[in-house]
Amino acid sequence: MNFEFPILNPTASVFQVREVTFRYHQVTALDGLSLSVRPGTRVALMGANGSGKSTLLRLLDGLAFPESGAIDFCGEPLTEERLQNSQFAHSFRRRVGLVFQNPDIQLFCPTVFDEVAFGPLQLHWPKEKVRAAVENMLEVMRVAHLRDRSPHHLSTGEKKRVTLASVLVLDPEVLLLDEPTAALDPRSASQMIDFLIGLHGGPKTVITTTHDLDIVEDVADECFVFQSGRVVASGTPMEILSQAPLLERTNLIHAHRHIHSTGETHSHPHLHGHKH
Amino acid sequence: MNFLERTLEGFLNAMEHALSAEALAKAPGLLQRIDPRVKVAGILTLIVAAAAAHRLWVIAAVFGIALLLGVASRVSPLLLAKRVWIPVLLFTGVIVLPAPLVVPGRAIARLPGLGWPLSAQGLASAEYLVARVMTAATLSVLMIVSTPWTRVMKALRVLRVPMVVVVILGMAYRYIFLLLESSRDMLESRRSRMVGALKGSDQRRIAAASAGVLIAKTLQLSGDVYSAMLARGFAGEVAMLEDFHAAARDWLALAGFASVAAAAFYFGL
Repeated sequence: MNFEFPILNPTASVFQVREVTFRYHQVTALDGLSLSVRPGTRVALMGANGSGKSTLLRLLDGLAFPESGAIDFCGEPLTEERLQNSQFAHSFRRRVGLVFQNPDIQLFCPTVFDEVAFGPLQLHWPKEKVRAAVENMLEVMRVAHLRDRSPHHLSTGEKKRVTLASVLVLDPEVLLLDEPTAALDPRSASQMIDFLIGLHGGPKTVITTTHDLDIVEDVADECFVFQSGRVVASGTPMEILSQAPLLERTNLIHAHRHIHSTGETHSHPHLHGHKH
Repeated sequence: MNFLERTLEGFLNAMEHALSAEALAKAPGLLQRIDPRVKVAGILTLIVAAAAAHRLWVIAAVFGIALLLGVASRVSPLLLAKRVWIPVLLFTGVIVLPAPLVVPGRAIARLPGLGWPLSAQGLASAEYLVARVMTAATLSVLMIVSTPWTRVMKALRVLRVPMVVVVILGMAYRYIFLLLESSRDMLESRRSRMVGALKGSDQRRIAAASAGVLIAKTLQLSGDVYSAMLARGFAGEVAMLEDFHAAARDWLALAGFASVAAAAFYFGL
């Protein structure tokens, strides 16, 4: 019998993280962290390097498991034992997709076509359905001209689009994105942000990690600020971005020397804003 | 040129060879248009026929056909000479050099100075070995340069190579380039901080340390790649989509390969 997760009402949590602790050998990456994510929301996990954001994404995707605490997905415990059940794993992998920060990790097939087809084939979709889904997704992500290309021939922007295609082809309900605009040139980053903006108001739950404050208002409805493996603040992007002391304390902004139009030069912590 | 520069040059040559092979595989040539499965099966049959032949003219005929296929597929004889013929003559030639001296038989000449007899049978066995290796290597290289490597690997399924082996080969091919780039970056960063010549012991120490770092990076990478596979539903079994479509010309090519191989077997055995 196939395993099916319960259908959630909008006020329930798609992810419930309770007092989770995780260590890499001697280093504590997550320290009693708790948060919950409602279905259909776009969430930004913000924090400096090493604050635990990527680690949490790996736990949410069932690639690692906490030493203490618990994580529930749609009310069901997400544990190593449960993921060894093939029906549970099949259902979970179908509904949750993770896009890694380093695309070279995720592009392990010889060609772009094979890469996008990997997920559906692993979930035992019929071959004709796989072909149709892959061709469609290649067109949607504008990488159809790269279908026979090997990953080492792709630019960073193209790699990011292919990794996104390889996850979106399964049409997951939950998208986990690890630093989606990292290492992208401004145009590619803008295209990525446009894609994330397009998910606003839709049925997908999107959890994005970033330390780029310029994109947070565009890609998130709710933010969690991380520091030393804990959530130290949460709120809407506007609420978080208005707290300069918090941002400075968590290393999300810094003081740098700059020159005003008057010619005066000084340094102080600040956040660059923009007006239209 | 010190060993760092030679190693860097080696890496760059390897990447350049791979890129030029991929470009050649897309050229509008005869072999490039044939279904990879037909090429794998057909060329393998020709190689077996050449290896089994007991008449030199049969092996030479198969070699001649290989040359014609190469010309029709826009593979330059110079490329074949550099990649196949010269290395075969150098390596296989060295191996067979003692044959006329050690294989017993009718003496047809003697080594000047030493007076050792050179046997006809020894010379013949040397000729056969070099001819067979030359022909087999030429056919193999023709298959590889006329077909994208990713399709060669998938075509191995026609020989009943297990799917998991094909998938592993595909991933290895994919990540060799990443590791080549990583190695190149490591050595370039080392070279940018080097002043003067290195002693031999220092060179060996650097080489060993670089190899160790690369192994550590590879292990880390393999763990991350495994996680990425799990994240997309990998559960221990591999699956692959094969998109080969045989056309009339492919069946004609298969018939051609089969005919030549049959003739080689008939006249060669």
